Parts: sequence; structure tokens; C-alpha cells
Amino acid sequence: MASHYEAPIRKPLVLGDKGYHDVSVDIAAPIEGRANRLWWIVFSIALAAFLWGVGAIIYTISTGIGVWGLNKTVNWAWDITNFVWWVGIGHAGTLISAVLLLFRQKWRMAINRSAEAMTIFSVIQAALFPVIHMGRPWLAYWVVPIPNQFGSLWVNFNSPLLWDVFAISTYLSVSLVFWWTGLLPDFGMLRDRAVKPFQKKIYGLVSFGWTGRAKDWQRFEEVSLVLAGLATPLVLSVHTIVSFDFATSVIPGWHTTIFPPYFVAGAIFSGFAMVQTLLIIMRKVSHLEDYITVQHIELMNIVIMITGSIVGCAYITELFMAWYSGVEYEQYAFLNRATGPYWWAYLLMMSCNVLSPQIMWFKKIRTSIVISFIISIVVNVGMWFERFVIIVTSLHRDYLPSSWTMFSPTFVDIGIFIGTIGFFFVLFLLYSRTFPVIAQAEVKSILKSSGARYKALRDAGKPLYTISKNGIVRETIVNNNQEAVVPSESNQEESLLNALGSFDAGTQDPDDLKKVKGIGPLMEKTLNKLGIFSFLQVSKMTQKEYDLLDSLTGTFPGRAQRDDWAGQARMFLNNDK
Amino acid sequence: MAATTVIHAYYDDDDVLMHAVKKVKAEKHHIEEVYCPFPVHGLDKAMGLAPTRIAITSFMYGCLGLIVSIVMMKYIMIDDWPMDIGGKPSFTYIENMPAFVPIMFELTVFFAAHLMVITFYLRSRLWPFKKAENPDVRTTDAHFIMEIEVHNNESALKDLLLDTGAVELNIIKNSH
Repeated sequence: MASHYEAPIRKPLVLGDKGYHDVSVDIAAPIEGRANRLWWIVFSIALAAFLWGVGAIIYTISTGIGVWGLNKTVNWAWDITNFVWWVGIGHAGTLISAVLLLFRQKWRMAINRSAEAMTIFSVIQAALFPVIHMGRPWLAYWVVPIPNQFGSLWVNFNSPLLWDVFAISTYLSVSLVFWWTGLLPDFGMLRDRAVKPFQKKIYGLVSFGWTGRAKDWQRFEEVSLVLAGLATPLVLSVHTIVSFDFATSVIPGWHTTIFPPYFVAGAIFSGFAMVQTLLIIMRKVSHLEDYITVQHIELMNIVIMITGSIVGCAYITELFMAWYSGVEYEQYAFLNRATGPYWWAYLLMMSCNVLSPQIMWFKKIRTSIVISFIISIVVNVGMWFERFVIIVTSLHRDYLPSSWTMFSPTFVDIGIFIGTIGFFFVLFLLYSRTFPVIAQAEVKSILKSSGARYKALRDAGKPLYTISKNGIVRETIVNNNQEAVVPSESNQEESLLNALGSFDAGTQDPDDLKKVKGIGPLMEKTLNKLGIFSFLQVSKMTQKEYDLLDSLTGTFPGRAQRDDWAGQARMFLNNDK
Repeated sequence: MAATTVIHAYYDDDDVLMHAVKKVKAEKHHIEEVYCPFPVHGLDKAMGLAPTRIAITSFMYGCLGLIVSIVMMKYIMIDDWPMDIGGKPSFTYIENMPAFVPIMFELTVFFAAHLMVITFYLRSRLWPFKKAENPDVRTTDAHFIMEIEVHNNESALKDLLLDTGAVELNIIKNSH
């Protein structure tokens, strides 16, 4: 049997005195509660940016690619920079969920869900750019090898651009099913907690009827493991192939064999930085500090520092190889990057990507939430400029000095980029209000080994569980197909309290239950007599408990249900927070 | 069908559940099903479930994807419409094969991942509009249910299950 032992030197990954049910409550709270004002403000800004981007895209498509800042020499600039930037950001999600799964890193469980969501949302942004750049996006299906009416006109399988099509679409779709398969048990949990019929229906639909049989779990774990095994080389292949877009060309500055590993490291680097940015905000807004702890932030900072160092190493290797090659075009491309008219972009890239993560060597700094947040944004700015430097500075001074030029973006270039940032945040904000943002089933499976409550028990030499032998017994008679639930034998009051949780007058304060519409002073007294004192207890009531309550009190049958006491109580609970 | 009775034994701890499963198996009772809110490692072995073969299917799907990609690219690039790209004509498959490796890999992964997940969904009966079959909503939250069929041994079974630390027993009688 699985041992829940974990070396005492390991710090707890789930803080606070949390049992299994507490995890469900904490993860469901942001979904069941109401959005606060801050959420609406940020959402409105993101939506406005998104709509601005939609306008810029419509303008581009209806007028032509000429509205962008591209010219004869720099014929690839912002669009491909943004494409590579977004694809790179997407890499951290798969890395966290797949590679860290293979390495059995438990800390991934608090962050993998959101990192995977981020992957999917950012790959969607990335995919937009090549499609818009096609000029006639309604013909985008031409990149797929389908039999057609143009004679045997096929796509070119020798082209890295077509490899990209296959790599990105495989990556997006595999990430999506990996994410969704992991979501099924958590959607099931939300479905079974839902009180209102609409929520119950929606979460029932998206949970695909997840039931949680032992065999389902056995398959689920195997599928997760195999998907992780498949996704690991996949994620490495995707950015490798993106780098082939450049590396297989003959442009000085692009034509280098170091590109694949260098791009993959850069992708992980920028992806982790984006996860850091998003999660530092989300843990605060959704009150998930007990799950996404400072230790998680520190570990992500270490990954950022290491991948940043790999990227720095690649920059210097590139410079060395340019000099060592003896090819003057290659040498000039790199000299021009560092000292030409785009020196400022090169300097930004070097300082943001190579220097800034080095301060993470200090524990004080990498455990500081504010500095981590700032560095995560600095890194993503730097990584955007890395792609800009690679693409634009390699093109703007080509073999023919008379065609040398500069690139400046138009408002449309900038508008589309801002639009994708808006779109990304629109998706992420909607996700954070409707999806279980932490893989709660997985967190529950590590709770005994890594939760603070159980670590404390283990340190105190106490057992992690006790076997109590006084369970209650009830009987249910099922008549043909119509179910009649008749709880008998056992004490009804006891089973009611069992479902709602008991109230300890010593440690908890009773709530004013009269706040709930439908509970008067008389009903409150009756409830108190039954042992129900808090909103938390009322919020857990479902159909079964309502019926039980009706049969116990004998007054106003169906009242509690009509007024949705549980929903109201949940609202008061959230207001109190 | 004769009237059947099943007992649902509720547990609120995975360790207690594991002990209970072992004890019930030792007493030679057949466990129909266990519903869990999260994966309990070793439960399948303790219950006597056969290992899953889903990883093997994934391997076969991956092989299929590899074959599909090879056949597709050979037909398109070599047989149907050979191209002369930069003075390097594509006349033989083997000379062009290196350029096809990335897509061979991608399609292998594509087939292996998607067909395995579809197999999993079908075998575990998971799809949109499927109704959940867990007997109690608490099994997705913090409770485990062990389902055992009763064959004229109700009270003995009841005592055994209570002894293993079940927090609740629900005896479901089907009368026809």
C-alpha cells in the first residue's frame, strides 16, 4: 500500500490545518462565490484590449498586410516575434504537468492546472499570428494536406513552416485533452457540490459523468503517465521546430545549430515567468495562499534562474561561434546586433534575460513575492525583445547595403499584439472564475504526505488516522425503478449532523442564521436545537438534508429548498471572508 | 432477477479504506466497486483488479500514426507529385526521409495521445451528457464508498464493515 511517508526535511506543500473536505471547499470557493470589483475592473480592461485587437485584425484583413510596418527588407517582424513569444510562454504548462510528473515532483500539483490553462490560451494567441499573416485567413485550411481540385497540389513536407503547423496543432490538441482529462474528477466534485440546477447541469456536462470508480482511477493514472511521457518529447519538439523556421534558412544570425536547445530553454524560461506572474496574482485574489505557497514561488524562481543561465550561455556561444566561424557576414550580423542601431534592444534582452534572474541566487530575494513578481514581468519583456532582436536585427541589414533599413511598427501591429494580451487575460480570468484552478484530486492524494496537518501529526508521533467502530447504519429500499429513500433505524438527527458537520461551541461562534431569508427566530431555535448553528453547516445542505429537516421539524415542508438556504448561506460565508 | 441487497460502506479516510479492503478481501467477500474522490495508490492491487492495458493500446496507436505518416508523405512527396526544390529533386523516399522525421514524430504522438484518451473515455464510459453513477455526492469530495453484495450474510457483513471503521453503512434493498 501507498505509504504516506515523506522525509521530515521536506517543507509542507499544503499549509494550514486541512483535511480532504477543506480542500474541496477552498478550491470551490472562488467558483461558488461572486466576483469582486477588482475582477470586473481587470476583466473590463482585458476585454477592451481584446476588442481593440479585433478591430486591428479586421482592419488588417479587410485592407491588407500593408497596414503593418513591414517593408521589403524587414519582411517578418512583429507578427513572428509575437508568435514565437506566445508559443514560448505556452511551454511551461506542459513542462510543469508532464516533465515534473515524470520526475514525481509533488509541488507541481498546486500549479499544473493553471499552467496548462495558460499553455492552451497562449498557444491560441500564437496560432492567430500566422493565420492573420496569411492575408486570407478563410483559406487557412490549405495548410492541411487534403485532396483538392487544383491537380495534385500538396503542401510541402520539406518546409519547416509546415512542420510548425503539425507541431503546433499536435501540441495544442494534446495539451487540451491532457488538461481536460485531469479536469474531469474536479468538475465532478463541483457538479456534486452544486446546488443550483444550472450549475449542476453544466458541471455534469463538462465532467463527462465522472464517477470515480477504482478502475477509472487506475486508468486515469495510467493515461496521465503515458500522456506525460508523450508530452515531454512533444514540448521539446515544438520549440525545436519553431526554431527550425529560422535555423534552416541561410540568413546570417538565423543559420545556427544551437537554435533548438536555445529556443527550448528560452521557452521554458519565459513560460515559468508567465506562470509566476499569473499565480502570484491568483493566489492572492482567490485566497489560495495555503496551496500556492512561498515555497512554490521559490522553486519556480530557481527554474527561472537556471533556464535564464542556459539562455545566457546560448547568447555567448552564439557570439563565440560567429567569431570562430570566420564568416564575415555571420560576424557582422552579431556585431550589428550588439552595436548597431538596435543596440538598445540587445541591451534590454541581455539585462532582462541574463542579468536579472541572477539575483535569484539570494534566498531572501527568491522568497520575496514582490521581487518575484517584478522579475517575472522583466523576464517576459526581455524574452519578447530576444525574439525581436533575433528576427529584426538579422533582417534589417541584409547582403545589399542599399536596401538597409529600419523597422517601425504601425498602430495596427501594436494593436494586434495588445489585443492578444487582452484575449489571453479574458480567457484566463474567465477560467479562474469557472474552473477548479488547482487539481484538487491530486492535491488530496498528496495531502497526507505533504500537508501541514499530517506533518504535524507525524512529528508529534500521533497516528494519521483512527478507526472508529461506531458507524451509523441506515437502510434504503429501492422499489423497481422509482427510488424511495427511507432512512430508518438510525437516528435522523445524527445523520443530519453527520452530513453537515458538527458545531463546536468552544472554538466557533454561532452565526446569525436569521439573516437567511426563510429562517425566522422560531426556525433558528429549532435549528439550534438540532445542532445547526453556522452558515457553514447550512451551506452544505442538499435535497437529502432538506427532506430530513422537513421530517424532523414538520413545519413548512419544502420551504428551505424554495428559498435556497444553502446558496444563501454560502453567500454569507463568502461575504464574511 | 432475484431481489438483491448491497451494502455501501462509507469511509472518510484512505488509510482506513485500504485496511478495510484488505480485511474484506481476507474474509473472502467480493468487492463490487469502490468509489473514491482521488486516486488511492495500491487500491487496485488490493481489490484484485487486473492491471490496465491502456498503455499498450497507446503504443499500438503510436505505431499506427507512424505508419500513416510514412505512407502519407511517401505518396504525396514521392509518388504523386515529386518536386525539385533548389536542385534537389525528390525522387527516392530514402533520400528525402530526413526532412519527414519531424512530422513522423508529431503524427506518432498525435495518434498515440488522442486515440488512447478516446479509448479511455469509451472504456470508462465518459462522454458529454453521460450521467454520473456515483451513489453519493460525497464520493467526489471526501468520502469513499465500498460496495459489497449481500448473500444471506447481512449481519455478519455489517459487523465486519463496522469493525473496519466504516463511518456509515447504507443497506440498499432492491425489492421487485
